[in-house]
Amino acid sequence: MMRSLVPVLTVVMVIIGVWYVAAAWMNATWTLQQAARAEQQLSPVEVLQDTMVQKRPRLPAPHQVAVELWETTVEKKVTSKRSLIYHGWITLSATLLGFAIGTGLGILLAVGIVYNRAMDMSVMPWAIASQTIPILAIAPMIIVVLNSIGLQGLVPKSIISAYLSFFPVVVGMVKGLRSPDPMQLDLLKTYSANGAQVFWQLRLPSSVPYLFTSLKVAIAASLVGAIVGELPTGAVAGLGARLLAGSYYGQTVQIWSALLAAAVLAAILVGIVALAERITLRRMGIAH
Amino acid sequence: MLNQAEIDGFAEPPQDRSVATAPVVIGAEHLGLVFQTRDGIVEALKDVNIEIRKGDFVSFIGPSGCGKTTFLRSVAGLETPTSGQLTVNGMSPDEARRARAYGYVFQAAGLYPWRTLARNVRLPLEIMGYSRAEQKERVARVLDLVGLSEFAKKYPWQLSGGMQQRASIARALAFDAEILLMDEPFGALDEIVRDHLNEQLLALWARTGKTIGFVTHSIPEAVYLSTKIVVMSPRPGRITDVIESPLPPERPLDIRDTPEFLTVAHRVREGLRAGHAYED
Repeated sequence: MMRSLVPVLTVVMVIIGVWYVAAAWMNATWTLQQAARAEQQLSPVEVLQDTMVQKRPRLPAPHQVAVELWETTVEKKVTSKRSLIYHGWITLSATLLGFAIGTGLGILLAVGIVYNRAMDMSVMPWAIASQTIPILAIAPMIIVVLNSIGLQGLVPKSIISAYLSFFPVVVGMVKGLRSPDPMQLDLLKTYSANGAQVFWQLRLPSSVPYLFTSLKVAIAASLVGAIVGELPTGAVAGLGARLLAGSYYGQTVQIWSALLAAAVLAAILVGIVALAERITLRRMGIAH
Repeated sequence: MLNQAEIDGFAEPPQDRSVATAPVVIGAEHLGLVFQTRDGIVEALKDVNIEIRKGDFVSFIGPSGCGKTTFLRSVAGLETPTSGQLTVNGMSPDEARRARAYGYVFQAAGLYPWRTLARNVRLPLEIMGYSRAEQKERVARVLDLVGLSEFAKKYPWQLSGGMQQRASIARALAFDAEILLMDEPFGALDEIVRDHLNEQLLALWARTGKTIGFVTHSIPEAVYLSTKIVVMSPRPGRITDVIESPLPPERPLDIRDTPEFLTVAHRVREGLRAGHAYED
């Protein structure tokens, strides 16, 4: 744990450093324009100071985002429409539902692909094709179509989320279910094991490490899907809505804090899956 | 002193009458197996004739591609011969497989990494639907038989290769099949471990009276273990010699330095060489 802390912190420091430099450089243009209009002369220190405190900076400085994050998480009630925790929860619930749907669908498709020759030949090309369509293009269609049959809110967002997350699960599970070598399959054949026994005793346990690798990709994809799903809904609630509202009104600080919140949420979700992976594999006796 | 190799594959009369009158467990007549590959037709087995009687320890030896593994897999019903007759316990290999007539030990132990040793050995018993109590009793018995009782709760990665292979033998013994088929079970182990396991395998064979079919490419191993040695050669895979071992059933490791042992080993080597001369 400590060993990984130092490199991680170093990278964070470097990113923040670069961020500050970029903020000063990008926001300086506006500061200088304002000064020229007011026919003021600013010293370099004054310019630098101004770039850090603008109301609508091109690139908000890290501390501005930090303050915004603090105000919208800790200082607001979680029921408030301005609370990032409230918006985060809206997105998270869609993410988790989408992840569950995507994982279930992915596993079912993988089982079908492994056990059914027709599905083996037909499903994979479609699954790949589905991922080549830009999600931004198809998300509004899904929202509109589902809205016309009376589904709105959580479900359409979850379906867009599932649309992104089922794919890594299919790919990983197909590989995992096919990972037992011929010898192990022959062994079960010498016991005259039936298909269900081969699945539950050999194929499914063999696929668990592959499944978890996929789930880590899938949960992050689910979050992206949920955020994208919020964009065309007219920006009511959720991290996607915060992003959209921020861009309508030029609230770059709000955009960046929503982005950062999404990144932190993604990191937490991936971390939880990784933890579940460690515990499961250790329980199974595979990891040691 | 040496007999002429019997190309037609029929065994010479064994010295021990009790073995000769024992029932035939595995019988092959004019057995052939042809594989269709991308490079054309491969004759994996051609006109294989052999009788394995109850209680025999039969080794199949030959270079790679001689069909020894293919023959064993055919006996197990894992390959389907394309011509001739093959019976196991008087049934077709597939029927015998469904009747759980044999335990099969593969070249790699193939233990499930997510199961402890005891649960690995229990796998066939679970699949075959033995009762809980019976599973427990049998697992304990066969683990004791291969000397792994104290490792029952260990996972495969905690054991050496030799121990893993012993566990896989225990797994094959767990369900009381009369026949044990072993495909180069000790091929991946070092010589010292191998000697040790050979000795244990003989003891196990003496205690259980199983019929054993054993594939190997080691001459000393074949001669040390077997009551009958089947020498095979490749392209097409066929039997070039069948040797009834004159060695006594009691075999300490240093029997390998006796003239009888060396004589048999010599004849095996001759048989292998004859098979190779055919190619050139």
